[in-house]
Amino acid sequence: MKFDNYMILEFPSRSANEAFARSAVACFAAQMDPTLEELGDIRTAVSEAVTNCIVHAYPNEIGNITLRCRILKDNVLDIVIKDKGIGIADVEQARRPSFTTGGAERSGMGFTIMESFMTSFEVTSSTGKGTTVHMRRKLQRRK
Amino acid sequence: MHFTSFLENGKLTIALTGEIDHHCAKAYIQIISAKIEAYMPEVCVLDFQDVTFVDSSGIAVVINALRNMAQIEGKLLLSGISPQPMRVFRASGIDKLVEIREAVS
Repeated sequence: MKFDNYMILEFPSRSANEAFARSAVACFAAQMDPTLEELGDIRTAVSEAVTNCIVHAYPNEIGNITLRCRILKDNVLDIVIKDKGIGIADVEQARRPSFTTGGAERSGMGFTIMESFMTSFEVTSSTGKGTTVHMRRKLQRRK
Repeated sequence: MHFTSFLENGKLTIALTGEIDHHCAKAYIQIISAKIEAYMPEVCVLDFQDVTFVDSSGIAVVINALRNMAQIEGKLLLSGISPQPMRVFRASGIDKLVEIREAVS
């Protein structure tokens, strides 16, 4: 067996679901006995990824967001957040700190935070088809 | 949304509460800038003691407050920051732009 446990969520791109998504992932990750810092990092990264879907993937409509979490061996939490929105034309540019096409309430730091809080972080996007964010966080085993 | 604030010797303290994400960031920005505009303080302290979560939207809230205070040539301070928001502020480098006082644990 390649993974121990998983969960899949699907929800519309409404901003009220940002808090729901990060809380749901934190609840799922609780079985891995994370530290408060690890849990905080995971909640933050999920919040950023889901917010990106809501603000950028579906700017003028409500679309679906799929979130999948798996627990891999060696206490690794694997998270995939996927939308079928407008996509990102230039992923490299989007990943640069403080680049944002969002408004005054955005900071352009979302990708930077996901990158620095997770063990691995990958974005694949196709214009008109959608974006997938794949991130992993290895949790320390507590003694 | 409602935040308690008090003015003492030109220092305006705004006690923020809850989770600051994209869903509510606009409201935080509007409330803070309305209070700064109304009281024109020399120093504005954003108190994060009762803030339980911050993502990059919280950075935008701080940057907007920084702009509001710069316009009236005042100073912005952040206080009572717990570890989760502190990690977000450090990752973004905002801790270099504004004075931050961490929560006493």
